[in-house]
Amino acid sequence: MLCKQNPAKVHLTQIVEDKMQKVDLCEDCAKQKGVNDPASFSLADLLLGLGASQEIAQSASGVEIRCSGCGFTQADFKKAGRLGCAQCYTTFSEGLESLLKSMHKGIKHVGKVPAALRQGRDLSERLKHLQKKLDKAVTAEDFEQAASLRDEIKSTKDQLDHTMAKVTS
Amino acid sequence: MNIHEFLSPPVETARRTGPHDRIVMSSRVRLARNLRGIAFPGWAKKNERVKALDIIRPAVETLPQLSGAFSETMDNLGPLDKQILVERHLISREHAAKSSGSGLVLNKEESLCVMINEEDHLRMQALRPGLQLRQAWLAIDQVDSELERKLDYAFSSELGYLTACPTNLGTGIRVSAMLHLPGLVLAEQITQIISSVNKLGLAVRGLYGEGTEALGNVFQVSNQMTLGEVETDIVERLNKVLLQIIEHEENARGVLLEKKPKIVYNHVGRAYGTLANAHSIASKETMNLLSMMRLGVDLGAFPNSERALIDELFVTTQPAHLQKQFTEKLPAEERDMLRADMLRERLLHVSRPNPKAPGASGPALDKRN
Repeated sequence: MLCKQNPAKVHLTQIVEDKMQKVDLCEDCAKQKGVNDPASFSLADLLLGLGASQEIAQSASGVEIRCSGCGFTQADFKKAGRLGCAQCYTTFSEGLESLLKSMHKGIKHVGKVPAALRQGRDLSERLKHLQKKLDKAVTAEDFEQAASLRDEIKSTKDQLDHTMAKVTS
Repeated sequence: MNIHEFLSPPVETARRTGPHDRIVMSSRVRLARNLRGIAFPGWAKKNERVKALDIIRPAVETLPQLSGAFSETMDNLGPLDKQILVERHLISREHAAKSSGSGLVLNKEESLCVMINEEDHLRMQALRPGLQLRQAWLAIDQVDSELERKLDYAFSSELGYLTACPTNLGTGIRVSAMLHLPGLVLAEQITQIISSVNKLGLAVRGLYGEGTEALGNVFQVSNQMTLGEVETDIVERLNKVLLQIIEHEENARGVLLEKKPKIVYNHVGRAYGTLANAHSIASKETMNLLSMMRLGVDLGAFPNSERALIDELFVTTQPAHLQKQFTEKLPAEERDMLRADMLRERLLHVSRPNPKAPGASGPALDKRN
């Protein structure tokens, strides 16, 4: 739903170059966007924009959001249908969310992860687990186990640092 | 070595076989990847594109799977070379339009093809004859896993692999198969099939992908959603749908033969008549008639010929492949005459279709699941 205030009454589906796009609007938004006249209405304007409220705020202040990574603007996206760089996903994240929802099964990635990142994630989870065990051991005053856990935590941390250094280098 | 010397002749490529290849002409899995810190190709300045190419190309070339590969920048390929690659379904039409700053790496078996700086920095694809989506996925997954050790991919734990177009975001995967569906077209069930496939979130396109028509009754089916689903689930879902389409196609052929054999053999016979006797024929008409001949072969109406001959002609009668055989640029009318000459010559030893030939009711229906 576009304005996120009133319940959606108008449900639109538009096929642009074989791609299905959906949008849900409340009555007021539909009127405002001229949805009653399908000929003059482009769903792209709605979907690809940053949402009506933001667009209004923008025109009032006269400042256009520009990606600090590559200088890409919202207008460029409307024109090209593609983004400028990886960072654009952060810059335009607010407007993109509804677009992604309309075209994909979910908005969170659940597929393949580069091995180095996966390793890092596994290591940090292991670290958390070890930390909990250490806390327990200390409470139980089992200092022998605590000492060995501390060693294990240190080596896991080193491994994690090493992995992260590889990822970010 | 130039691309013409590198590519296997169509007479060989048409002989590659795979499961269900009576209906599934080929399977493909493509992954889109980008480098961190460099703008996407469509927005990047030329020097940035060249920089990305210079990083990616050596990384791809040194993969064991691509040893002995053909590797070239797009500005070093002529328009005819590029068109031939499009007609072979090795590169997209969009990539064919690229010049300096873009590249191509293709292995000898033509089963792995990497486009550099197409819409994304990397578009790697695995191709297999017949229905082999799982095999294609495994092959390209392996290439990707080896590349990620050498390249710094733009990846977010929330959104996955970041792509130029949000439609590819997440897994960056496009799983597709090329299907020959003359039975469903003749039985007028194709529109219905397409709309039910669309409802499952899958796209159906023509022979050359996005925005092209289904020449020769060849359709491309592919996934559209790339985010929020695991790669193997996407592959399995498409595989399941394809097996159903295969069954529908076989059923349609069976019913047509039983209820309207005259209509089917009329199409097959006329297709043969025209292709084997024409003196001028356009590429589009050729494709549509070859499709009917291919159906005739499947139904056993041409006992002495093989599907491979038809599949070879599907490729060699395309404009660029035809043009390649001649040094001077041919106008379309002359190409139509040369195409007809070639078809008459290649079909000289194919005897007239015989609906009463043993096995003319077709080999056992391909209904394996």
